[in-house]
Order: sequence, then C-alpha cells, then structure tokens
Amino acid sequence: MSVQIVDSSLRDGMHSVAHQFTPAQMAQVARALDRAGVGTIEVAHGDGLGGSSIQYGVAASSDLDYLAAVAPELERASLAVLLLPGIGTLAQVKEAQAAGARTARIATHCTEADIAQQHISWCREHGMRTIGFLMMSHMLAPADLAVQAALMESYGAEVVYAVDSAGALLPDGAAERVQALRQQLDCEIGFHAHNNLGCAVGNSLAAVDAGATWIDGSLRGLGAGAGNAQLEVLCAALDRAGHATGVDVFALSDAAEDVMAPLMRRPQIVDRTALALGYAGVYSSFLLHTERAAERFGVDARDVLIELGARKMVGGQEDMIIDVAAELAGRTG
Amino acid sequence: MSERAPAAILGPGNIGTDLMMKLLRSERLSLELMAGIDPASPGLARAAAHGVAASPDGVEAILARDDVRIVFDATSARAHHANAPVLEEAGKVVVDLTPAARGPYVVPTVNLDEHLGEPNVNLITCGGQATIPMVHAVARVATVSYAEIVATIASASAGPGTRQNIDEFTQTTARAIERVGGVPDAKAIIILNPASPPLLMRDTVFARVSDGDADAIRESVRAMAADIAAYVPGYRLLLCDVVDDIVTVMVEIEGAGDFLPTYAGNLDIMTAAAAQVGERLAARILAGAAA
Repeated sequence: MSVQIVDSSLRDGMHSVAHQFTPAQMAQVARALDRAGVGTIEVAHGDGLGGSSIQYGVAASSDLDYLAAVAPELERASLAVLLLPGIGTLAQVKEAQAAGARTARIATHCTEADIAQQHISWCREHGMRTIGFLMMSHMLAPADLAVQAALMESYGAEVVYAVDSAGALLPDGAAERVQALRQQLDCEIGFHAHNNLGCAVGNSLAAVDAGATWIDGSLRGLGAGAGNAQLEVLCAALDRAGHATGVDVFALSDAAEDVMAPLMRRPQIVDRTALALGYAGVYSSFLLHTERAAERFGVDARDVLIELGARKMVGGQEDMIIDVAAELAGRTG
Repeated sequence: MSERAPAAILGPGNIGTDLMMKLLRSERLSLELMAGIDPASPGLARAAAHGVAASPDGVEAILARDDVRIVFDATSARAHHANAPVLEEAGKVVVDLTPAARGPYVVPTVNLDEHLGEPNVNLITCGGQATIPMVHAVARVATVSYAEIVATIASASAGPGTRQNIDEFTQTTARAIERVGGVPDAKAIIILNPASPPLLMRDTVFARVSDGDADAIRESVRAMAADIAAYVPGYRLLLCDVVDDIVTVMVEIEGAGDFLPTYAGNLDIMTAAAAQVGERLAARILAGAAA
C-alpha cells in the first residue's frame, strides 16, 4: 500500500522547544525533509495558527514569518498549516494560504467536529488540500468517532485523522478507530500518534494495516509529551512492512542526525511525566506546562496529570494545569 | 399607573426563557410580552404558563405595544439587524443579546453608565461578560499592555449559533476586551469540553502588566468579583496570582438555574447581564417619567 507521510517536526515539534524554533532553523529542517521526499510538511505554533499566547507559550516568531521562511525551500512538498477553531481563526488560514500554505489541517476535540464546518468548507472551496483532525480520539468509542469523522467529510475534508493526542492508545485501539472510520467514510483516513506509552511507531503500523493511508511523524520523534512517531524509524518500518512512502530512509535519518539533533533542547524520551500523560490520558502538550506549574506550586507533576485526566480535561485547557496545581497546593478557594 | 417600566422579550428560545424568569422577579421592570415567530414554539407556551402575554407575530407584536419601552433581543445576529432599526425608530431601547454588535459593547460593572442613553446596547459574548470586568479590574490599578482570556464552556451549553460561528466569538470578545477593558492588544480563546456531567463555565484571564502593585491588583480583582456576584450569584473568584509581569485570574460561574441548567454559567451571565442592564434602563425611564 502507498502511504502519504506528513512531517510534524515544525508544528508538533514546536512543543518540545517551547515554540522557540527560529524561522532560519525551520527553513533548514524543511529543506532536508523536502529533499528526503517527505510529501507534506506542517509549520506553525505547536497549537496551530494563532497559538502564540500566554496560555500556550509565546513563539519566537510569527506563524507568517515561519511560513515565509519555509515556503521558498520546498521543491516538492506541500506546505501545511494546522488550525484549532476557538484558538485561531479562518482569517489566519487565509493569510497562511497567501504565504504559501497548500494543505490545511483543521483540528477539533473528537466530539466537536461541527465547530470546524466553516473552516473545512472554506479550505476545500479555495483549493487547499483539506484534512480533518479529531484530537484526543482515545476518549471516544470507535463508532462515535466515525460519526464525527463523517461530519468532517461532509464539510469537505479529503482526509480525516484519528489523533491520539494523549498517546494513550495501544495498537488495537488505534486499529479499531481507523477501521471504524474506514467503514463509515469514503475519504482517506489518517493517524497521528504520540509516544507516551512507547507505542507511536507500533500504533502507526497498526493504523496502516487497518486502512490508514496518511501517517504523521517527526524527526527524532520531536513533539508534545514523549513526542510523535519517530519519522525516520517509521519510514524504515513501513518500508520493511512493504508500504511505499516515497521517502529516502537514509536521507531522512541524516536529516534527523545532522539537522534536527543539534536543535533539540531536551532528549525526546518517555520520561516519568510523559509516561503519566499517556497513563492518565492527558493532552500531550500539557507536559512542559505541568512541569512548570508543579515547580511553581511545589507539587508532583504526576499528581497534577492524574487529576487532570480524572477531570476529563481536553486539548487547549492548559490554564486548568495552574488551577489543579494551585488546588493541590491548597492555594485556591 | 405602573411603577415599573414595561418590557418585552423577542426570541422565546432557551436564552429568552431564562431571561424571562429573571425579569419576572424584577421590581422595576414589568415583562409585558414574549414575542416569537413560531406559533408552536415551546417558549411561547412557557411564557403563557407564567402569565406573560405571548405572540407569534415577532417584532410586529412588539411594535403594536406602544407602552413597551425596553426590548430584549434574544434571537440571532441576522434577525437583530432586521429588527433593531424598526424598534429604535419606534423609540424603544434595545438590549441586544446576539453577537450583532450594532450598539456599543456594554459590561454592567464596567461601562454601563456611559451608554444608558443609547438606543441599542450590545452584550458582547458570554466570555466577554465573564472576563472583561477582570481585565478592567487589573487595568484600573496597573498598566496592561496585553490581555488574553480563555473561556471553557460545557459542550452541551454551546448552541448551533456559537458552533457555526466560533470565529465570531473569539474575534468579538477580543475586540471588546480592547475597547471596554481598556487594553491595547487582546486575544480570546474558547474551548468546548464535552465531559459528563457537564463542567461549570471556567474562565482564565491573563494580563501582562508593566507596573502596579500586586496587593492592589488582588484587591481590585476581589472587589470586582463581588460587584459581579451581586447580579450573578454563581460568579466565583478561584485564583488571583501575580508572577513577574503576568497576572492570572481564574473564575468559575455556576448558573442560577432559572431555566437553563446550572452548568450553563456562560448563558446565565448573559441573561443576568441583560436583566441588570434592563434594571438600570428602567430606573432611568421611571425617573424621567417622574420628573
């Protein structure tokens, strides 16, 4: 089977560097990815267009500066952006398209697809490759996820992703969700993994076996929490499983080693806090925010994450980290 | 002669019904009419059951009532743009609960006095009503260069209008933070959480300050929370923290449960704000009539 590869190093990977990549660094990484044959390269603040904020972290540069730096480097790859309605707006997608973005990924919490109708429809009608992105999909049963995915398809999405934002799925859970979408939808299905339980590459392989044809990864696994599927490993594994990715594995592993590794600020590993994310089923972007809040209020980051999971917090609720940490420290009320 | 100012509600949906329950308790307003456009609307039946005259003739029913001075519009932005000019022409003051923003943005605890003479006032968004007072509370004792708010509401409390126009929420709220909150730059974020049982509305306000005393900021925020709680009893200040140049204020809003469920604090603060504006308008009208 042929699998479309999307690199997330310069969007989800921004979480690992607290959104501090410079436009020049992004250009360098994007160039290496493009030359290695990666078909789609996503660029934005970690929380998508308009994500630069006190809530999520102020980025080193604006989304438009990043896009302007990356667009001229791409010879083959499609430049992608992510938008979370409620955080960014359609106006920012329009600006991104003018700056060279050709693929739009519109993300909602897995139960809230209908807030993306205007964004998905506009992108499809205006010639962007349009992808729906259902986050925290471990929180929803496969059949219910398929209902939400069908909404995104009806708005115009050409691909709909099951997104394991919390890195909480195991391979069977990933496969069940992809199968449910496969049965319900005519469009292509994608899968985006996080590695908090060490299953990112395995889950991606299971997703492809279940019918997913779009798979995300990032160099060295850079991404929120324990990171995404490590792209160079993923592509090698897909190759060995007999799937065509169009990617040169050695060129990609050179990009990981020579270009990405020197830019990394911390090892991309499953440390104790990242493990707690997957274990508690909490949005991976909470990692660094939780570590900071735990230090500020003198509590254990894992206790904060377990409580956030129990309260069923969804992506984007980074402010609740402060609330829970303060409460555990007896500071609220 | 009545000692209360006659009022009407246009739009007998959930918001209109919740507002009705609040207005029925008023000592200054008398709710004379609930107007909708669907004779089969459960909202009209609810109004009739509470002894309020109900009509399916929409804005025409209100225009036929010369005595009605204050009209609350709980329809939609599009309907408001059609209704507002004729109501204003008939000399009625319009309190707009839709996102139409025809009239000036009004937050009762911040700028109501400035706009009581306007023919139309707009109540912004639920997130705006919940957070702009806190932005103002910081800005009145410190120099704020940027404010950011995060409004989290229960999915069950987000109606189709909000869902189809979520950009309108963030853009309108951000503009109103700048204009009413008095800060040069602002951002608004809205999150929908589907947890069951539904969560109460939560709001976080971040303000970047370049001066100001942390104790004065906390005192100002506490005082503002008390002012809001006077008309939104479920408005609770959870945290006010000042670290370096960032002020963090967190609040929780439990709805009064008049008609809408208590988790829908986001809707309660809108109807409570509308009722509060109505009270002040009524006081002004009654004072004018007496003079």
